[in-house]
Amino acid sequence: MSQPAADPQLGQFSTNPPRELPTRRGTELALLAFAAFIVTCAFVLVEANQEQELTWSIFWYGAAYLGIFSVAHLAVRRWAPYADPLILPCVALLNGMGLVMIYRIDLALAEQAQQTGEPFTPDAPKQVLWTVISLALFLAVLILISDHRTLTRYAYTLGLVGIVALSLPAVLPRSLSEVNGAKVWLKFGFFSIQPGEFAKIALMIFFASFLVSKRDLFTVAGKRVLGVELPRARDLGPILIAAMACLGILVFEKDLGTALLFFGIVLVMLYVATERVIWVVVGLGMFAVGGIIAYNLFGHVQQRVANWLDPLSTYDDPGGGYQIAQGLFGLGTGGMGGTGLGSGRPEMVPAANTDFITAALGEELGLIGLSAILLLYLLLAMRGMRSALAVRDTFGKLLGGGLSFAIVMQLFVIVGGVTKLIPMTGVTTPFLSRGGSSLLANYILIALLLRISDAARRPAAPSKPRPQQQAPLAEAHTVMVQRPEGMGGPGEGRGQ
Amino acid sequence: MNTPLRKVGVAMLAMVALLLVNTTYVQFVKADDYRTDGRNQRVLLEEYSRQRGQIVAAENGQVLAGVEPANDKYQFTRTYPNGPMYAPVTGYYSIIYGATGIELAMDEVLNGSDPRLLVRRLSDMVTGRDPRGGNVQLTMRPSVQEAAYKAMTGKGFHGSVVALDPKTGDILAMVSTPSYDPNRLATHNSKEVRSAWAELTDKNGDKPMLNRAIRETYPPGSTFKLVTTAAALENGAGPDTPVTRAANVQLPGTSNTDLENFAHQPCPGGTLKDALAYSCNTAFAELADQLGADKLRETATNFGIGQQDLSVPMPVAASGLGDLSSSAKLYQSGIGQRDVRLTPLQDALLSATVANGGVTMKPQLVKALLAPDLTPMEEFTPEELTGDPALSAANAEVLKDMMLASEDNTKGGGKRSGLEIASKTGTAEHGVNEKQTPPHAWYTAFAPADDPQIAVAVIVESGGDRGLAATGGSVAASIGRATINAAVGGG
Repeated sequence: MSQPAADPQLGQFSTNPPRELPTRRGTELALLAFAAFIVTCAFVLVEANQEQELTWSIFWYGAAYLGIFSVAHLAVRRWAPYADPLILPCVALLNGMGLVMIYRIDLALAEQAQQTGEPFTPDAPKQVLWTVISLALFLAVLILISDHRTLTRYAYTLGLVGIVALSLPAVLPRSLSEVNGAKVWLKFGFFSIQPGEFAKIALMIFFASFLVSKRDLFTVAGKRVLGVELPRARDLGPILIAAMACLGILVFEKDLGTALLFFGIVLVMLYVATERVIWVVVGLGMFAVGGIIAYNLFGHVQQRVANWLDPLSTYDDPGGGYQIAQGLFGLGTGGMGGTGLGSGRPEMVPAANTDFITAALGEELGLIGLSAILLLYLLLAMRGMRSALAVRDTFGKLLGGGLSFAIVMQLFVIVGGVTKLIPMTGVTTPFLSRGGSSLLANYILIALLLRISDAARRPAAPSKPRPQQQAPLAEAHTVMVQRPEGMGGPGEGRGQ
Repeated sequence: MNTPLRKVGVAMLAMVALLLVNTTYVQFVKADDYRTDGRNQRVLLEEYSRQRGQIVAAENGQVLAGVEPANDKYQFTRTYPNGPMYAPVTGYYSIIYGATGIELAMDEVLNGSDPRLLVRRLSDMVTGRDPRGGNVQLTMRPSVQEAAYKAMTGKGFHGSVVALDPKTGDILAMVSTPSYDPNRLATHNSKEVRSAWAELTDKNGDKPMLNRAIRETYPPGSTFKLVTTAAALENGAGPDTPVTRAANVQLPGTSNTDLENFAHQPCPGGTLKDALAYSCNTAFAELADQLGADKLRETATNFGIGQQDLSVPMPVAASGLGDLSSSAKLYQSGIGQRDVRLTPLQDALLSATVANGGVTMKPQLVKALLAPDLTPMEEFTPEELTGDPALSAANAEVLKDMMLASEDNTKGGGKRSGLEIASKTGTAEHGVNEKQTPPHAWYTAFAPADDPQIAVAVIVESGGDRGLAATGGSVAASIGRATINAAVGGG
């Protein structure tokens, strides 16, 4: 974590010849290698505990994993050389653990299928394929968007696209939009995608841009009521739009998790842009009211709450607490140290490789392992937040903050649901869950974060090298001059 | 803008901290509640994937239930090398349907959770070896079991054979036919298991999973005369006590209901010894009435009849005398009809008790518990079943002589010169229309008479292959003798 030279201010205001800012790409590579080591060990453990013969699949998965992240590393080295060195290793480790767990659950499901004589197609190869495609998209974003500020030009377009993408599954007939009862998909024949995942990012870009351009309006105080300055009614526009959108999702797609996620993100971005807590208060108030209305209107909301309060008592009800209870059984059986990778029974929880993958990890890795994974997310989000703090433009700050918060918010909604902290709602666990849409969207998110962090740490380019602009000699620091070694170091030829 | 960003950062920290606290609550504080919840199958499955101990016979250490490695999540498959022959003893062990027999009764030892295995389990944990279950050594003698099983299945009989060591109560053989193959229920292919289960539990089928030896009671017919005779001897009668020779007697309190001897013949002799040797019903009917309900019941109780909580260690259905409240009832009960019902095991105990000088030994299937490395952990010592002997040693000797005479009068194959068998046959009427329903054929015996090593009981349900003409002698005796010969006949 120690990065003495990470502060971009140093490069910007140095009155002396700019020191070569370390890019820390070596650190990133070392950490990636460490992540690869952990994932490989996890893989071998699964194979050993499942008493699988050592097959070529290990080699292929391992090679694919290494290949994917080597390319990612090289791309970052080339196109975002100053990017935060911790972000990519965190993602690599999470994605790798996700792959291992999906592969591990495949083994269990294959066995079940073999016993019942049903056909079975493994998910792990598909997930590897999605990871490769995600990486391609990651590269594309990194290359095409050489400066995150260019995104503001497309803010309104992206906002429109986001709204359309979000609402499309609600409008389309079930045959085109429903998979396993969740009406949040777009199906194109053999290929289906969850547009909400992408809408999340598009809308965040739109909101960041919109809020930055209008932020003056939001800081104007409205009426004072009971000593609290309320925002002006017309300024409530964006928050109302967000609220309506969430309600729409709730009503038409029955997707509580996405609604919660959106509302949280919008609130936080509004707060960061305006620096006024009142927006959060108003937002939470609206959320509470909306929640109460939704609870009274919709049976499925009531069921979710009942399952949350006591999943064991609604265990046998249709749509009851069976899944959550099984997840809790798994977590409880895992206990502190876990059963060991490949030695548990994570497949007993329905949707173990998607919504409940953290329950699967908690069972086999225990409280210790699950805590490590949660902290990994925190680390990832905090590095993003740090980049947002350091970047110089307000759009970058707002977008970076929003993207970072989105990771934690999503984690909170899903893991909170799985561990019975909040009612269960179905959202994916970033990078861990099986599923292409989530992976693609989250890699785009990471590409944008890397781009922002690159901008944050990049030394101000000496675009117009005017040595005359150097500080007067009287104000200059004394500088240790490196002794030329052989072909000459960075300070060569400058001298005093 | 940095101030709110920092605050959001703190909020993120708080959110993850909240998740960590809650996960700790679930995985640490509440972990045991969730782990041990009855609906959590993980613990059960864990047990199923442990290497289960073997069930072995006393003789040769022959494996009756073993394990084979399996290439699935359970790691081991239960196998029964001689499935149908030993199914009444071993029971089955199924992932879907649980277990029966010794598999159920000794489950804690076999699955390794028995406290006596604790130390070894700990050492396994330290040495990193997968925990294994302990082994159970049975009292079974495979040669005897095989002879009895083949004799029963050879003719397709439904019924049971039980063989005991009269001195120790060790169960040497326990056959119940028709039987089933427990391997079909032990396989991990749930589809096959379910279809096998449906077939074996078919209501219209032969009930192959019913352990007739200990879970079914039958009217014992004339084999029950051993109890009546013992009661008479204990109450002052002797072998030469005169008894009625009448071919039939009228049941007291009825006008036209007769109780008659077999084939309506008058008894060839007039003593108690003759009556047992020729199985004269009228004599025993009157004898029972003379003794009265209390004395008959007392002797029966001392034979173990009526004991509710016997287990071998599988629970044994209680045998009983039923209602003895009138003379007519005593008449019929004295010859093992009416409401008298014995398990085949209890019927074998009748002979075993006579063989053992009047003392009934507690029947037991488990000889020893062995640790996973086959070192003995606990051996079972013989115990008496009831507090009082059923009859004195002297009277037992008398009854033995009477049984030797009975054997002399019993037809059926399998007799061997040089081997003295003491026996009693039975032909028990049953069913709604008892005269038109083929009777159960019984044979209970012990041998050699001067140094009893084995006591057997055989029941062939509903006449076997002889139909209405079946008798204990013609149907069951040869099976009993085959079983005895396998145990003592130099083979």
